[in-house]
Amino acid sequence: MHILPIFKRELRAYFASSIAYVVLGIFALISGYFFYILVYSFHLDSLRATMSRMMPQGLNLTELVLRPFFRNSSVTLLFLLPVVTMRLFAEEKRVGTAELLFTYPVRDIEVLLGKFLAALILSIGMVASLLPSLVILAFIGPIEWGPVATGLFGLLFQAAAFIALGTLASSMTENQIVAAISAFGALLILWVIGWVGNLAGPPFSTVITHISVIDHLDSFAKGVIESKDLIYYMNFTILFSFLALRVLESKRWRG
Amino acid sequence: MIEVESLTKYYGPVQALADVSFTIEKGEVVGFLGPNGAGKTTTIKILTGFLPATSGRARVAGYDVFERPLEVKRRIGYLPENVPFYPEMRVRAYLDFVASLKGLVGKERKKRVEKVMERCRVADMANKLIGFLSRGYKQRVGLAQALVNDPEVLIFDEPTVGLDPTQIIEIRSLIRELSGARTVFLSTHILSEASALCQRVIIINQGRIVAMDTSENLAGQLQKTARLLVKVEGPKETVQEGLRCLTGVVRVQEKAFVEGIGSYLIETEKTEEIRKALARAVVSNGWGLLELRPADLTLEEVFIKLVSEEQP
Repeated sequence: MHILPIFKRELRAYFASSIAYVVLGIFALISGYFFYILVYSFHLDSLRATMSRMMPQGLNLTELVLRPFFRNSSVTLLFLLPVVTMRLFAEEKRVGTAELLFTYPVRDIEVLLGKFLAALILSIGMVASLLPSLVILAFIGPIEWGPVATGLFGLLFQAAAFIALGTLASSMTENQIVAAISAFGALLILWVIGWVGNLAGPPFSTVITHISVIDHLDSFAKGVIESKDLIYYMNFTILFSFLALRVLESKRWRG
Repeated sequence: MIEVESLTKYYGPVQALADVSFTIEKGEVVGFLGPNGAGKTTTIKILTGFLPATSGRARVAGYDVFERPLEVKRRIGYLPENVPFYPEMRVRAYLDFVASLKGLVGKERKKRVEKVMERCRVADMANKLIGFLSRGYKQRVGLAQALVNDPEVLIFDEPTVGLDPTQIIEIRSLIRELSGARTVFLSTHILSEASALCQRVIIINQGRIVAMDTSENLAGQLQKTARLLVKVEGPKETVQEGLRCLTGVVRVQEKAFVEGIGSYLIETEKTEEIRKALARAVVSNGWGLLELRPADLTLEEVFIKLVSEEQP
């Protein structure tokens, strides 16, 4: 199998081109900012609750900090991952290395998987950068570790789905900007489509809500791994990877 | 080793290759010659499995390019026209990457990479970033990536294009040295390169093969007339008239006339030997014979003749 050399080269290229540092840095910065805001407003809320002699037990860290924190992180991923995936094929096509690469005895699927895994490792790094915030949270108050684990797990599945779509976009063009914008646009549409879910009538509203790419993270953030959400992200990943593979293969008969 | 059978390729409505057929035997070094846009690169891209043909068949090392692309790719080393590189990689790491994609593993891979760097004379740049190498070094790294798995067939697309004269000589001698027992197919638009490197030349123009032979034979075939270059001291018109009168002379062409000395290109029937008669005629007329030598058709002229004859 030739997945490993492709994967290693891609990962090295991420760090050599400083994309990795920029993306990791910005993701850590933004999620840190969200974390600070959420903890601060939680602090204000609990202060207000004590003053009005309400029971402070009504305020829950998981509910008020953890869930919005994961949701915000997943939106940040939606913004940043198209930048991670845009170069995967577009750059090789523009520079011409794709031509040489495909004259080596490698299968398209090996190239695709190698590149996909490199982007996935980078996104694991991004998700891992949330850990310090979560540890700090544990010092602030008692938190449930179940939702933390499932939330992180859900973010990874979501990242895989975003990467698959981004890879497809990158395989269709040799312009990295076009790849990034189209992947970002598609993901954004797949997110905001959920907002009209409540406006549409009953049969459509369930379908539309099911399509929405961010909403499926909610149950993960609550500490529940629901098979329908897991399957949604897996199907999403497989579908777009398969389409990317078809695009790669199409050059054999299209010329 | 390479068999191409009535290969045809269309890019949309534009025909790039029309019924191209040729065979290259094991161990041959064959030049693929033609002006830019003749279909050389298209043929090569089909042979390397990067492009599909519209119709026709191509086999490399006994495997069909369309049906068994992986088997073919395992057996060829390919140097594209402008070798594309990952600029952020170092030479050794890059060659190691290529070697691993070509299926070499472990110690064997390390050994092959070191050896090929030595042979292509890039060992001194092993730890340099490819992006910073000069054009000549890049081309040698390109050769090294083609050779790293010791393939049976080497395919080079314009291997010396864009290099300076010293680098051209270097790359050519490397190609000559490395070809060894391998089958080499190299495209070029430079005729002297084809005659210097190749035993056999295939000439292609506008997607069609116009000639296929050894370079000496090609020149011989087209030379229906022999040519002589003479330098004679004497009045222009009378000398030309006198030369024309000799038996066997087809045409006399004035090349230059400086200070009473004229240079003339004389085309003669191939069968006639007129040099003696010519010398006698010049001397008996009282002119001075300063030079008399045969002027062969160069491959360059053969090429232009072939290419222009083919055009409608």
